[in-house]
Formats: sequence, C-alpha cells, structure tokens
Amino acid sequence: MDFRHGDDPLLLQATVRDFLAKECAPEVVRAIWDSGTGRSPALWKKLAEIGVTGLLVPEAHGGLGFDETTLVLLLEEAGRAALPEPVIGTSAVAVPLLRELGGALAADWLPRVAAGEAIVAVGHPVSPFVEDAHVADLLLLAQPGALHAVRPADARITEQPANDPGRRIASVEFTPSAATRVAEGERARALLDGALDRGALAAAAAALGACDRMLELAVAYTSQRRQFGKPVGSFQAVKHMLANVKVKLEYARPVVWRAAWSVAHGSPRRSLHVSMAKLAACEAAALGARNALQAHGAIGYTWEQDLHLWMRRAWSLEQAWGRSSFHLGRVRSEVLEGRVPIGPGTTFLGG
Amino acid sequence: MDLTYSEREDAFRAEARAWLEANVPQAPLASFDTAEGARAHREWEKRLDAGGWAMVPWPQAYGGRGANLLEWLVFEEEYYRARAPKRINQNGIFLLGPTIMEYGTPAQRARFLPKIASSEEVWAQGWSEPNAGSDMAAITTTALREGDHYVIRGQKTWASRGAFADWLFGLFRTDPASERHHGLTFVLVPLDTPGVTVRPIAQLDGETGFAEVFFDGARVPVEHRLGAEGEGWSVAMSTAGFERGLMLRSPARFQDTAARLVALLRENDATAPDALRDEVARCWMGAEAYALETYRTVSRLLAGGRIGAEASLNKIFWSELDIRMHELALQLLGDRAELLSEAPAARGVGTWLDSYLFALSGPIYAGTNEIQRNIVAERILGLPR
Repeated sequence: MDFRHGDDPLLLQATVRDFLAKECAPEVVRAIWDSGTGRSPALWKKLAEIGVTGLLVPEAHGGLGFDETTLVLLLEEAGRAALPEPVIGTSAVAVPLLRELGGALAADWLPRVAAGEAIVAVGHPVSPFVEDAHVADLLLLAQPGALHAVRPADARITEQPANDPGRRIASVEFTPSAATRVAEGERARALLDGALDRGALAAAAAALGACDRMLELAVAYTSQRRQFGKPVGSFQAVKHMLANVKVKLEYARPVVWRAAWSVAHGSPRRSLHVSMAKLAACEAAALGARNALQAHGAIGYTWEQDLHLWMRRAWSLEQAWGRSSFHLGRVRSEVLEGRVPIGPGTTFLGG
Repeated sequence: MDLTYSEREDAFRAEARAWLEANVPQAPLASFDTAEGARAHREWEKRLDAGGWAMVPWPQAYGGRGANLLEWLVFEEEYYRARAPKRINQNGIFLLGPTIMEYGTPAQRARFLPKIASSEEVWAQGWSEPNAGSDMAAITTTALREGDHYVIRGQKTWASRGAFADWLFGLFRTDPASERHHGLTFVLVPLDTPGVTVRPIAQLDGETGFAEVFFDGARVPVEHRLGAEGEGWSVAMSTAGFERGLMLRSPARFQDTAARLVALLRENDATAPDALRDEVARCWMGAEAYALETYRTVSRLLAGGRIGAEASLNKIFWSELDIRMHELALQLLGDRAELLSEAPAARGVGTWLDSYLFALSGPIYAGTNEIQRNIVAERILGLPR
C-alpha cells in the first residue's frame, strides 16, 4: 500500500506544468478562444512532442505507454492552464477505446494521435453533444447496441456554441451501417462503459487543476487588494471562504487518484470510484469558482479579468461525461442498495 | 502507487480481527464519562494491553506492538468494525504519547509510555483557561520554579476526561514576565498532588466529560517537564498536530458511522425522501474521502514526511462530516429522534441522539474550526494575517 506517485510521473507532471505555464498562458487561451476552431494545431503538436497526447498509447504505437495514475496528474495541469486542446476526448477517452478495439483502427490511429496529427472524438449516450467533433479526424459514436467509427465527412456536425469557448461541443448525426459498425452487443456496451469512466475520470482530474488555479488567483488578488487600510485577504470572512475551497480540494484529490488506480487496474469497483471522483472534484471546482468570484468582487465579474477562464472550465467539466446527478445516481445504486461492502476496512479491495 | 495490501498487512488484519472477535465485550460499556463506565473502560484497556493491542504503532519497549502507521490504520478499521469500546485514555495514547516519543527524555519515555499504553494512568488535557480559549497564548496559570519543583497557581478548564483522570498535561507560564507564546512550558501534573482541585463539569449530554482544575500552590517535580523550559508552545503545537491530524479521529470511526447511517436509511426505506438518500450517499463518500486522504498522509509519513498545518484541514473535514451524518440520522428517525436510550419506544435508537450531541462538540474541541480555517488560510494558502 503506497499512495505516492513514482518519480517518473511526478517529473512528467512538472514538465507539463512548466510547459503550459509558458505555452498556454491566459493570453494564449484567449487567442485560441477567438480563433475559428477554438484550438491550436501548433500547441497540440507541441503537447505531442512532450508525450501528452499519446501518454496512454502503447510504446509499440509510438506513445509513452503510461497508465491513468499518471494521466490524472497531467490532466490536472491541463485544468490548471485552462488548456483548450482535446486532451480529455482524444488522449484520455479515444486512445484506450482504440486500443481496446484493436486491429486496423488502433494501428492506423494510435500513432497519429501520439504524433499530434489526429484528433479522435467520442460520442457517448450520457450526453447529446460530442466534444471536439468539429475538429475531429475520426468520430467514435454510440448508437443503441453498437459503436461506430465514422469519418467526419460522412457525418452532419452542428456546432453548439456553449459557455466555455475552450471546450467546444457539437451535435452529430450519421447513418449507421455495417461499414461503420466496429463493435456491437455486450462488447459495445463494455467499451462505452469504459469510455464513460475514462471521460469522467479525466474531467475530474482537470477540475482539480481548475479549482487549484482559481484558489491561487483569489489568494493573490485578496493579498494585494486593500480596503479599510489592509489587504482584504486578512479579513476572516474572506479567509474562511477560501479555506473552505482548500478543504474540498484536498479531499477530492486522493479520490481522483484512487479512481485512476482503479481504472488502470481494471478494478471491479472502478465505475463507483470514478463517480465518486467526478462528484468530489466538480463539487470542489464549483465551490472554487463561486468563492473565487466572490473574493475578487466586481473585478472578477468582468470579461477582462482572467478568472472566468477557469470558472467556465469548472462549469463545463460539470457538464462533461455525466453531470453530478448522474454520478450520484450511480453511487446511490451501488452503496445504498448494498451492492458493495461498506464500513471500516472496505475502502480497498481485500480489506 | 500501489493500492493493495501486502500479505503482511493482510495477516496483521486477520490477527487483529481474530483477537477482537474473541475479546470485545458483548454488551456496550457505560459511557466512560460516568464513574461506572470509567471503571469498565479501564478494565477493557487492561485487557487490550495484555493482548498487546493497546497501542500498536509504539515500540514494544513502551507497551506497543512495533507496527507501522499503515498497520495502525488497519487495526483501527478492525477496532471499529468490531464495535469495540471507545478509548478512555485517548488523550494519553493518541496525543501525549506521540509527544513524549518526540520530546521526552529516555527516562520520561520509560516512566510514562507503558502506563499510558496500559491506561494504568489515564490523562486529561490542560490547555484552556477561563480567559484563554481560542486564544491559547493568553494562558496565565503559572508554574514558577522553586528549587527542583514547579509551583503551580491558577486554573485550567474544559479539561477533557478531567473528572476521572489520574494525570493532566498542559501548558503553564514559567516566566511570569513573558507574553503570548513565549515563556510557556509543557508540564505533566499528577492530579492527586496536594493543591490540585478537580471540579467536574456536566456537559450538554449531562455527563461529566470535562472538568475545571484549580491549582493552589501545587508542587510538581521539575523532571515532569516535557521539552525545554519556555519551549512549551512548540511542544503543544506538536501535540495539537497529532490531535487534529492523524491519530485522534481515525477514518474507521466515520466509516462506521456512515455504514450505520446507510443501514438506518434501509430500515426506513419506505419513508425516506430522495433528497435524504442523496445526502446519505454523499456522507458515505465523505467518510471514504477521509479514509483515502488519511492513507495518502500515512504513505507520506512512512516515507519520512511530517504532519504540518494540513492537520487543520482534517479537523474541519471530519468534525463537519460527523455532524452532517448525525443530523441525517435524526431526520431518518423522525418521531423517535428526540428519545433518550431508556425511552421504551426508542428501541435502541437513542445512541444516535447521544452521539449527535457529542458530534456537536467536534467543531469546538481541539481548536475551533474558525481557528483551523485561519490556520489553513494563513499557513497553507499564505493569506496575510
């Protein structure tokens, strides 16, 4: 039993943090927001060079071959930077899905994702919208009882302008056929369940980073902003509000780490653990957004102030890969209906 | 990262479970804040010590089992799973013990630790004074050096377990000219010392869980000082770190409450509104999050880390979770929520009310949650004082 990450994952996390601090500063995020597609192929390519896009791609296909316990550290950094690139849909969800589908699909697409040359979007029944569909090179889409691989040219993609310009979503229609079908029945269901868990886990990890950044911004602002002759951050009403965010954040992080471990190791309780992670991290990020805004006062309510880059991310991650009500429903049915053992000593399998 | 137990940890769990199953009293003991209950709990501690389970993470030389902190967590899980009695000497085993381990001389360790482990000596806390509560640096009770003794004058209050304890540890002002956190010294005081008067205080639940302690020239040998003279504040902060941080409230306690809450929900399934089910699920998740965070902390400590200000995060989290779980339980109990255990219609549910009243003290003791939030804001987030 050891909850610590190894040196390699921590080194990679530090590398990605430094990279994003330089290459994905708020002015860069705003420029990407204002671009037509809402993304930057150049930045995606650089992310590929440091191994982010293909982190979960097996080494045989040109990736780094790491698992989800490392991925969540990098996604926390993506959230911290409000990175607009499709790391969740493509790197966290599509890659393992392609890996599990195997065959020509995996052989064709995994090396291209690892090289930063392709975006693969995944549509799941949990949401009517597909992240990054408008820029995807391949769409993996669910239909009742089946999973299809569809070329964007063969689909009707309708962008749905939404609250977070850094996470673009679209409705996608297509005509399923034997030629597009890549899995059906029980196998399709298992693949889609896995995709949902991975998407929710990734969103949770990114929410941690967004929360942490908002807290940092609020601390910096209230330490410098003076009223009544002193920094507003010296008032207990402000201190306690921000301390509450810190409590939520620190009690969400190990829940996310454990969910990552359960997904990486195929634990039978992985879906429960992922739902717990999504709930905890999005709750922390929602409180972070709410209290950081309050701590900033009117300046935080402007478009010009950067805070809303992360507020919008916090809100859009709540919408992504199952909202809280969905995940709470999953936890309820597992825990309250006696499907998993509960009580002291049941936190880990074998306890 | 490895979130599985080793064979050694599994074997440790099996051994603890077997011993507890064979030894935990069938009927619950009376509250340790009553004379009868205090006797029964001391008997239980004697049995636990004889079995070698009183303080598993301590070295064997001091009455422990030489286990590591991870095994301690496993033991705590089994202890709560077995619904074993509460620990009457929690001030000694969880707070003072680790502090003596860190600051005590070899002679003090040998003198005090085994009797703490066996609860032959039960300890009370002596922090607060009538005018030093949240502002603990306002302590005025003096311990003035006269030869090889300290002579103590003043008053402590809210001394937990004071009514039935043998010893008290606390902070005293050894330099009468000093101010705030300077000039304080950590001293161990036998409560039967002439000049010490203990006056039990009835708490919200009617039991005498704490006491006022008056000192009128009580003479305590200098060798009962823990740490250097004038350095009491940092010794006390170390104790407080253990209290808020790791040991006092292990996650198993709240996981047990959460499991009982889920069971209560299922018993009242027909009438429980949906909003309440959501809240129960959230509480269960809260207890799990506390367990996960504690395992993370223990991993860090085993690798040489230390507990710092983040102990304040823990204290806020568990104390508020505990209240929320008990409030939900009372809602689920409906008409029976107000009944005491002895009410004929209570059918065993009165203990939820008792533990609700106790849970309400959580955000107050060990430093109020307002003080903890100040610590989080100033020492972790770096906000200005």
